[in-house]
Amino acid sequence: MVKQAEQAGINRPRLSLHVPEPRGRPGDTANFSYLDIPEAGDQPRPDESCEPKETFPLCDTIIRVLGDDNQAHGAWDPQLSPDKMRAILRDMALVRAFDDRMYRGQRQGKTSFYMKCIGEEATSVAATHALDFDDMTFPSYRQQGILIARDYPLVDMVNQIYSNRADKLKGRQLPILYSSREYGFFTVSGNLTTQLPQAVGWAMASAIRNDSRISASWTGEGSTAEGDFHSALTFAAVYNAPTIFNIVNNQWAISSFSGFAGSERATFAARAIGYGVAGLRVDGNDPLAVYAAERWAADRARSNHGPTLIEHFTYRAEGHSTSDDPSAYRSAREREEWPLGDPVTRLKDHLIAIGEWSEEQQEAMDKELAEQVRTATKQAEKNGILGHGLHHPFHTMFEDVFEELPWHLREQSEAALRERKLKWPE
Amino acid sequence: MAGMIHEEDDPVTLADAPTRRLNMIEAINDALDIMLTRDPDVVIMGQDVGYFGGVFRATAGLQEKHGKTRVFDTPISECGIIGAAVGMGAYGLRPVPEIQFADYIYPGLDQLVSEAARLRYRSAAEFTSPMTVRTPFGGGIFGGQTHSQSPEALFAHVSGLKTVVPSTPYDAKGLLIAAIEDNDPVIFFEPKRIYNGPFDGYYDRPNTPWKSYDASEVPEGYYSIPLGKARIVREGEAMTVLAYGTMVHVVESVCREKGVNAEVIDLRTLVPLDIEAIEKSVRKTGKCLIVHEATRTAGFGAELSALVQERCFYHLEAPVQRVTGFDTPYPHSLEWAFFPGPIRIGEAIDTLMSE
Ligand SMILES: Cc1ncc(C[n+]2csc(CCOP(=O)(O)OP(=O)(O)O)c2C)c(N)n1
Repeated sequence: MVKQAEQAGINRPRLSLHVPEPRGRPGDTANFSYLDIPEAGDQPRPDESCEPKETFPLCDTIIRVLGDDNQAHGAWDPQLSPDKMRAILRDMALVRAFDDRMYRGQRQGKTSFYMKCIGEEATSVAATHALDFDDMTFPSYRQQGILIARDYPLVDMVNQIYSNRADKLKGRQLPILYSSREYGFFTVSGNLTTQLPQAVGWAMASAIRNDSRISASWTGEGSTAEGDFHSALTFAAVYNAPTIFNIVNNQWAISSFSGFAGSERATFAARAIGYGVAGLRVDGNDPLAVYAAERWAADRARSNHGPTLIEHFTYRAEGHSTSDDPSAYRSAREREEWPLGDPVTRLKDHLIAIGEWSEEQQEAMDKELAEQVRTATKQAEKNGILGHGLHHPFHTMFEDVFEELPWHLREQSEAALRERKLKWPE
Repeated sequence: MAGMIHEEDDPVTLADAPTRRLNMIEAINDALDIMLTRDPDVVIMGQDVGYFGGVFRATAGLQEKHGKTRVFDTPISECGIIGAAVGMGAYGLRPVPEIQFADYIYPGLDQLVSEAARLRYRSAAEFTSPMTVRTPFGGGIFGGQTHSQSPEALFAHVSGLKTVVPSTPYDAKGLLIAAIEDNDPVIFFEPKRIYNGPFDGYYDRPNTPWKSYDASEVPEGYYSIPLGKARIVREGEAMTVLAYGTMVHVVESVCREKGVNAEVIDLRTLVPLDIEAIEKSVRKTGKCLIVHEATRTAGFGAELSALVQERCFYHLEAPVQRVTGFDTPYPHSLEWAFFPGPIRIGEAIDTLMSE
């Protein structure tokens, strides 16, 4: 037996390991010509109650509404009122203004960390506009757009980022890992993909209680590699859970391109089909297409037709976070060459094209939003910035570990206060 | 193992080797480079470790030098990383997976605890798991609760896993080489607070880089430090202080500052533990202080304390003391209130001195 096994390999071909490699590295020109980008308006729109497998063709294309002519096209055009579109535009521009200021704040030493979502604003803002306010969202760290689209107070966001004495999360969490039950925004974890099965569980609970609310989760394409993704999709399919998975495919996971999550073989949307979940692949930089896809999935879930996975095809225009320098691993030209444009510019141009907006109005709005952010920042700074003493009192560190303080935490709390007195005798 | 320079066996040769001053990241990189060169079975994988060279730069330049099938990026799946390392080990490779932060190892726990750690036992040594999981751990960088944890006790609790924590560039290199050569699974915790320089516990003082300390003097080429051998950091009579990782430096600085003649022992490996060194020292000093950054309850200090009282009871002149992090998640803004710094350590030393 053993001898046979030894000889069996003699005439077989030699194997080799495939390790994915992105198309461009620093110094290279960026080339996105390999992307097959369909015309806006060409994609069919099945009924929300269709069988999951009927969505398969939509997993391998890109649903697009806004064309190069700045007009809305096709069956997926959500036919939003100009007011609604202006509201989406404004929220996206506000996210951008906020990101810009917070990024600079981190650079000025006001906090430890920040993450922008520039270029990806539509994937959270337009999607949130397609949900109801009481639908529950389970975000990753890059969906500040959900809070902004739900009118969460900016000053509370800044307080959290500065980890100051007014931070509603008591300075416990890394900046941007917000939480707001009131605004239907689940506490963000630093551990990737954990929110996906949780969103399914929330949706299952809503169904158990014959409620009418649905849940929606967001995660990066890199994070779909985690086992939690598989668990979430399986549970969602088994229980036909009223939930939406938003996979924000921004092409990069820190320094790893999407090939390390499997994009060389199949789209992220296509993963849905194997589970028996509906899948859509949408131009993530087209706010109208994002709105339409999210609305389709929300209507499907709300009418008991089950879960949908939406791949938002977009681009992470800047670094992963303030700790990252993308020029070390990708071509600097990618951002300019990205063929799907910028979501803010595209919606603005559309509104202008249909005579509902102007460059002057945009400029005035941008000024106003920058001022709004500045005011919120100044207000938050009065409550302190990270590391300058204005934090929550020491004893709060021991609260919320449990509902009640057990003896050992009580003792430790006393020890912490004693240490504080030794360090800063009043 | 002909030609190998062993710290214990051949100190002369080692002392003669040319040295360079390296920080801990460079020392780890050097160890990985040497092992990739010496042993064709060694492969390195993890999130962002390939082209980019790791978020802490520990694998910088290694893919370029050793090729894409020796050093490569992985999908973001800790379960996949450790599970694949088990399979590679079963084939006969010697994988050195990196988990980007110890806080993110939990999705890989089943593969590590139920699989890697037990392969040898359940197959009667037919299959083994000679992997070394490298992972940065510990706080002090304003990383919040998911970039700061010290979960070593969880792993020390698992039979079949070895647990290593270096505290200097010299040790990091020698211990990592020994871990990679070890035929059992090893988890190698890298104290990220001291990657660039030792830490005296005063977060508001400027950091001095490793290169101004002798412990950054790292011999070129191959050497290994056996797992299970502690290091006496400073000899003393007044008490024994047991520590590892970042806390070795904090403790040393507090003792210096207070002028306490304590014997400080850097455990270097938690499993297997150098019980001889501990016993010898405690019998001499009669007092024992245990310091770790991890949370207190069921922390590794509890094990050390039990061992010391079981084995040195009649030599003890005072109850064993533990200084640890508090039993809370690692807070962001109050991270220095959580950290067991000079005040907490100083109080415990005073208590022991007054006994
Ligand atoms: C379980 C776990 N593993 C690793 C990390 C470290 N990490 C943080 S973000 C990130 C990349 C995630 O990329 P992706 O999912 O594509 O989202 P993006 O950042 O592009 O929005 C990694 C590896 C983590 N936070 N959690």
